[in-house]
Amino acid sequence: MNPESAVLVMLTVMSAATPLLFAALGELVTEKAGVLNLGVEGMMLAGAVSGFAVTVTSGSATLGILCAALGGAAMALAFGVLTLTLAANQVATGLALTIFGVGLSALAGSGFVGMPVMPLPKLAVPGLSDIPVFGPLVFGHDALVYLALLATGGIGWFLAHTRAGLILRAVGESHESAHAIGYSVIRVRYLAVLFGGTMSGLGGAFMSLSYTPMWAEEMTAGRGWIALALVVFASWRPGRVLLGAYLFGGVTILQLHAQGVGGLGIPSQVLSMLPYLATIAVLTIIAAGPWRGRLDAPACLGQAFRPPK
Amino acid sequence: MAAGDVEFGEGQTSATTGLSGTGSVTGRADSHAADNPPRLEVCGLSKAFPGILASDRVDLRVAPGEIHALLGENGAGKSTLVRMIYGVLQPDAGEILWDGRAVRIGDPRAARSLGIALVFQHFALFEAMTVLENIALGMDQPGERAALAERVRVLSAGYGLALDPRRDVHGLSVGERQRIEVVRCLLQNPRLLIMDEPTSVLTPQEIERLFETLRQVAREGCSILYISHKLDEIKTLCDRATILRGGRVVAECDPAAESARSLAQLMIGAELKTVKRRTGGELGGLRLTVDGLDLDTEDLHGMDLRGVSFSVRAGEIFGIAGVAGNGQRELEFALSGERWAGRDDAVLVDGQPAGHLDAGGRRRLGLGCVPEGRRGHGAVPTMDLIENAILSGHGPMGLLSSIFIKGGAARRFAEDVLTAFDVRAAGPKASAGSLSGGNLQKFIVGREILQSPGVLIVSQPTWGVDAGAAAAIHQALADLAAAGAAVIVISQDLDELLEITDRLAVIDRGILSRPIATAQASIEEIGLLMGGIHGPAGVSTGPGDSGHAV
Repeated sequence: MNPESAVLVMLTVMSAATPLLFAALGELVTEKAGVLNLGVEGMMLAGAVSGFAVTVTSGSATLGILCAALGGAAMALAFGVLTLTLAANQVATGLALTIFGVGLSALAGSGFVGMPVMPLPKLAVPGLSDIPVFGPLVFGHDALVYLALLATGGIGWFLAHTRAGLILRAVGESHESAHAIGYSVIRVRYLAVLFGGTMSGLGGAFMSLSYTPMWAEEMTAGRGWIALALVVFASWRPGRVLLGAYLFGGVTILQLHAQGVGGLGIPSQVLSMLPYLATIAVLTIIAAGPWRGRLDAPACLGQAFRPPK
Repeated sequence: MAAGDVEFGEGQTSATTGLSGTGSVTGRADSHAADNPPRLEVCGLSKAFPGILASDRVDLRVAPGEIHALLGENGAGKSTLVRMIYGVLQPDAGEILWDGRAVRIGDPRAARSLGIALVFQHFALFEAMTVLENIALGMDQPGERAALAERVRVLSAGYGLALDPRRDVHGLSVGERQRIEVVRCLLQNPRLLIMDEPTSVLTPQEIERLFETLRQVAREGCSILYISHKLDEIKTLCDRATILRGGRVVAECDPAAESARSLAQLMIGAELKTVKRRTGGELGGLRLTVDGLDLDTEDLHGMDLRGVSFSVRAGEIFGIAGVAGNGQRELEFALSGERWAGRDDAVLVDGQPAGHLDAGGRRRLGLGCVPEGRRGHGAVPTMDLIENAILSGHGPMGLLSSIFIKGGAARRFAEDVLTAFDVRAAGPKASAGSLSGGNLQKFIVGREILQSPGVLIVSQPTWGVDAGAAAAIHQALADLAAAGAAVIVISQDLDELLEITDRLAVIDRGILSRPIATAQASIEEIGLLMGGIHGPAGVSTGPGDSGHAV
């Protein structure tokens, strides 16, 4: 492989990783507050369709991205009302949210199937972007790729070094203790859930505006589920989410290239399975390995909290 | 309690007893006409929950710098009162005066801003976080991290509360956890420190050290509201005591002038029974033998057992003392069958190898267990009491016919347990999780004892259980032993072990000491055996523990 195609592969890996990174970072913050939202896929689709529809209609990608974030957050709000205010089961509600998101986005997007959209513009820094290898790798992406990378660092810093981050982790660790000390568990969780929805929406927007600039039903193709797995894979650490997202992005690209060169005699369907198989393999290895019991899952993950009257 | 003046004569003791606390709200209006109003005054505070009046026109006054005891059994309304003072609950009626001014305490933050600090009974701590993070979470203005760490170090050294701010909470002993709570409170310069049952899980040395700290805090002008049902402690520590029963104040007195017995009777409202043991009886044959038990812990923060050996005869109560986390949990699991004990013959029940049997298999040999974990190990919180009774009692009580449950028999068994052990529950259909800790414990102990096991393992039998119920549980264990069972009590409460056991041994870092006859044991000696790590500052204790000393 010559340097030019290596750079190309790296670029596509970063592209493939970005929606995963967005969604997984959002879910990480949600889970750190103790809420398990399995509706990531649904929220991504809501973001993808809102982002695409608004961009096509208004012609402004910025507006589209904002609406994608709002679309994801709106789905998350529905989830929050059900699981936090009404204390419904988080697993069942999350699954329902995904199914709901699939249907709603298909309905909303039915008029936009097959329409073209201008892909998000790549950053072009005169001079710098032209440096061989380094230039395109560092300066050749669109704004969302950089936003995802910034978010990784920002969330890591937020969780480890700010008081709000400390309170968020405390709520996920023991909602009873947090309540007893006087923190509003429900409010913290609402904020975390909304942030998770916003990030999933951005991940969806990247799918429909940059990665494959078009709208198709169920275009996220299970990335929401991979993002969920990534959070476990990363043992709830933002830095490892980044690593995992690029790893899975790499597997996705690998299977595309393997199909391109004739599939090495392997049926293309099997190759398409690769990212998902890798997800299962990684989760199994983590669950069975010597790390068992020290995955650092927030202790109250998935538990409903009803404030004592 | 009725009188409006701040100072009570030393001779005035338990003046207002009886159940009619009604006349007690008199004279309130002129009560804070004095120059020096009480730090905290509670007037006619009431709070009703569905079906129960948890707090019924309660009056309480705590003077500046006073250590005031709030004494009462489980369900007497102590926690409700405290939660109203700390702003967690809002009273239905009555008022709270702070330095003589009426205040409304809407939430814990408001309480803290007045200067009220609370050390929770069940610590409000976060396991996976560091000591420093836990302290910062309990403060409204923790300030910068490094500066806070320095303040923690200085303050904890000043009060003799050794604490390393960088350590994770999950590796700490109960005593150390409590220090986190205490330091967290003291950092905010409280004017009223509320301690909710602080000593229930501490070693004697830890209790002594805590008292030193509390006296120092009180000397510096902070009032302390000390909630407990341990009468000896209240007599040693507290200046005054308010006694609650059934949500009402039944007496206010000077605890030093009362006997532990008279306090207990005020608290219970009835004669306190002492445990009656049969004396001079011959012990029977060996019922439980543990031989060279080695067990690696499965718990990240657990303790491996090494060469644990002891045997217990019919009619004997054998105690296992020790500070939490020294292998008690692993030993309980290995004995009950929750984990396999490695070798078949590491555990013998009536001479039969049981080490390879699971809990059900061991139950069939007549070995019952009351685990330390009430919710999850001892009972399924979401299931009702009948179902919980079936879970362990189906064999001995004959509650099954082939694959079907005998509903009537199961219900009768659950009802028998409720009656025989005076379990306060809404009936046998109440969920186990709806019972208070003490009542659930009575239910679990009763469920096991009524099955007449040959060997009974009981872990922390009276944790969070009040004096009257504890006496009933102790008596039931004694009766079970008298009927020919071998009873093994794993407990951190030395008074309990000294009261009811025939012999006891101390478990420390997974190794069991040689058993000693309880009659010849002194509390200091056992305390030192069990408490190397947590001995008082300056006292040279066990090896390898110097890292924890101040």
